[in-house]
Amino acid sequence: MLDSKIPKGSLNSKWEDYKGHCKLVNPANKRSLEVIVVGTGLAGASAAASLGELGYKVKAFCFQDSPRRAHSIAAQGGINAAKNYQNDGDSVFRLFYDTVKGGDYRAREANVHRLAEVSGNIIDQCVAQGVPFAREYGGLLSNRSFGGTQVQRTFYAAGQTGQQLLLGAYSALERQVALGNVKMYNRHEMLDIVKIDGKARGIIARNLINGELERHFGHAVLICSGGYGNVFFLSTNAMGSNVTAAWKATKNGAYFANPCFTQIHPTCIPVSGDHQSKLTLMSESLRNDGRIWVPKKQNDTRKAGDIPEEERDYYLERRYPAFGNLVPRDVASRAAKERCDAGYGVGTSKQAVFLDFAAAIERYGNIEVGKRQMSNVSKEEIIKLGKEVVAEKYGNLFDMYAKITGENPYETPMRIYPAVHYTMGGLWVDYELGTTVPGLYSLGEANFSDHGANRLGASALMQGLADGYFVIPYTVGNYLADEIRTKAIPTDHPAFVEAEKKVRDTINKFFAIKGTKSVDFYHKKLGKIMWDKCGMARNEQGLKEAIQEIKALRAEFWSNVRVPGEANEFNPELEKAGRVADFLELGELMCLDALNRRESCGGHFREESQTEDGEAKRDDENFSYVAAWEYKGEGQYELHKEPLVFEECKPTQRSYK
Amino acid sequence: MEHYNMNLTLKVWRQKNKNDQGKFETLQAKNISSEMSFLEMFDVVNEELINEGKDPIAFDHDCREGICGMCSMHINGRAHGPWDGTTTCQLHMRAFKDGDTITVEPWRAGAFPVVKDLTVDRSAFDRIIEAGGYISVNTGNAQDANCIPVDKTKADLAFAAAACIGCGACVAACKNSSAMLFVSAKVSQLALLPQGHPEKHSRALNMVAQMDKEGFGSCTNTGACEAECPKEISLTNIARLNREFIGAGLSSEK
Repeated sequence: MLDSKIPKGSLNSKWEDYKGHCKLVNPANKRSLEVIVVGTGLAGASAAASLGELGYKVKAFCFQDSPRRAHSIAAQGGINAAKNYQNDGDSVFRLFYDTVKGGDYRAREANVHRLAEVSGNIIDQCVAQGVPFAREYGGLLSNRSFGGTQVQRTFYAAGQTGQQLLLGAYSALERQVALGNVKMYNRHEMLDIVKIDGKARGIIARNLINGELERHFGHAVLICSGGYGNVFFLSTNAMGSNVTAAWKATKNGAYFANPCFTQIHPTCIPVSGDHQSKLTLMSESLRNDGRIWVPKKQNDTRKAGDIPEEERDYYLERRYPAFGNLVPRDVASRAAKERCDAGYGVGTSKQAVFLDFAAAIERYGNIEVGKRQMSNVSKEEIIKLGKEVVAEKYGNLFDMYAKITGENPYETPMRIYPAVHYTMGGLWVDYELGTTVPGLYSLGEANFSDHGANRLGASALMQGLADGYFVIPYTVGNYLADEIRTKAIPTDHPAFVEAEKKVRDTINKFFAIKGTKSVDFYHKKLGKIMWDKCGMARNEQGLKEAIQEIKALRAEFWSNVRVPGEANEFNPELEKAGRVADFLELGELMCLDALNRRESCGGHFREESQTEDGEAKRDDENFSYVAAWEYKGEGQYELHKEPLVFEECKPTQRSYK
Repeated sequence: MEHYNMNLTLKVWRQKNKNDQGKFETLQAKNISSEMSFLEMFDVVNEELINEGKDPIAFDHDCREGICGMCSMHINGRAHGPWDGTTTCQLHMRAFKDGDTITVEPWRAGAFPVVKDLTVDRSAFDRIIEAGGYISVNTGNAQDANCIPVDKTKADLAFAAAACIGCGACVAACKNSSAMLFVSAKVSQLALLPQGHPEKHSRALNMVAQMDKEGFGSCTNTGACEAECPKEISLTNIARLNREFIGAGLSSEK
């Protein structure tokens, strides 16, 4: 039976009570306790820095050439916090409620409430570190809106919020490196967990420069390795983002929860051809000011500017007047797909809709005219002023769009289409962020905990930093307090020897295949199966087919992949091979999970379960649980259910109308 | 936007590891679409090399949206190639035409040794940050964020400096292989904010000392760094660093 370890008491008091009663470790003992942190994004870097500050001996690992490059850096729009600086009625409860509702009632209330409680501290911490958030002229912090909320609680730094937050966490981390509390292992990839007497006690990592396998001991291991969206090949994730660390944890007994919960982000630059290697997000913040539309006529080939106002269908405003263009991501994505499937798509591929800033530019222009007390202003002048305001808010995004597409979004509407962006599923963790393996923890996107079946915009950064700065320092201490008598285990222990041998055997196996197709060839094939059959819409038949296709593809991969070069050198193809091998297993589990969940909720849309007007239809009677899968050998999994109990947020059909 | 296909000749730096001498190799890139990114063109070339049983070209890349700072190619003599304010991953093939020859090298600097082919070791940048590129505040010490109002002009300047992605193009573009633009961006960001004031002297002195120790060259105000910086970090940051450094030297009690 899964024990989520939710503290007793009212929702408001759980975290306070926990902090007041969890075990502590004295400073002298902390110095001899070692913690391994895998991944240095927002969750990993903040955890490593905070644990280093507390005095633990921390070892942090990242596969990039510097911890500053982790993919959190690419987050654009912002970070939520219940500060209520705008006096618009925000509160911890509202942030909590919006997150549970936005997640379509598939998240654990206690975790989400804690997240909302610490959200304000995150902003304070980041400002103290020198993170240059956007400010108003009075010198105070500025906010904007994001999808699924009716208040302005999103803090931001232009379209580079993730970059600025990560650089803040990175500098805190590097400070601890300088102080000798954290040892940083750049260009290292974790390839297995080492378990001794049932507890996580270390990892096997490959030094990516010289290919050497290294054994590292830790009293506890933290998996902060991000999400698995790259199982689709095309996603907004970085090329190197992978599931390998989380998957090795799964194969060592950690349960994997809700793997089918994938977030398809509505506003990305559409695919332009077969050569495409990744997709680029256009921040959700653009929906503050951009209006989404398609022509009212099918197969309309006119340019956007030639289509008069009355012949445009602003379908989000039409279908969801209360939230308009700011409906949550899952709703906006499905609505775009619906229009394109019905033949109203735009651009050469017809798989795109318009995101139009003309109205916002004019509105901002008029505001500027008022502010500057100008008179007799021409339309051109108003537009020029409006463009300047829009450039200040979103300039880097507009530039990025122009570079990729060769079109000027200040003049013509952007073309956008949904793309895989985030994965709500991940390693199952209890209230303490502990997996089902004692001593093995998971933070940030790598765990499943806070976003249910759909994450709200600007909440990923919040969760990563909440876990790393404010949760794990307490909860891992509660575990390590009982480990103070455990001496560092020498890495010639048989468990380390065996784990290293297993990793070495797998690497040798890759080279022995000497097949004819590249790793990317198989990755693309897997991605297509996943996108077609386990993407924005899923049905029983498609999922069953996908499982068979993935099994066959996996068999072919292991008999015909070609990995060039050698094991003992810098070899990016070998790195990719290991990651794709894991995706080929995870993909099957995602389909299995999607097949099992015969309801629609959030980003998981089962065609068999929809309302009359095509909205996702939940089945709370049968599926109000977290699906946690236990690995039982290749292609075999046992389902464990954690029932979800809602004390504060009564599940209702989500409505954004 | 009109699309077209092109055939290109690539002269690419190949170097097995840091001890290998390295040399240019000439390769053909066929049927490249103008819609591809520069790195997607490399994907196509590598796929071909793998199919021919050859060793693909190693290059650093990750986010492919111009923010992680991992990509680092010197293209036709320019860091990150011909487009201003653009990383290699955001450079698109419509910058080139059919029949072009493109020369691609790794960053060239003593402080950035080559790992393999186009991949270099930039860990010197991490060590410079370790020397003082932070505000010493432990988790949990912060006061309410709005207790520290910051002049918007300064906040905006700090943000502009903080936009540095640490790619190293400034070093690669500099005839002296100086890291002054990188160092000055971090020093400026923190010096412009009130939170950064208590440590501003030690920060400037220590970061510059570490930069020298890593073997980066001196600044001669040529401005190549600013011209090639994909994030268009301003040269005025270097002026600010110089002021901070001199001020720190004059007032230092150590």
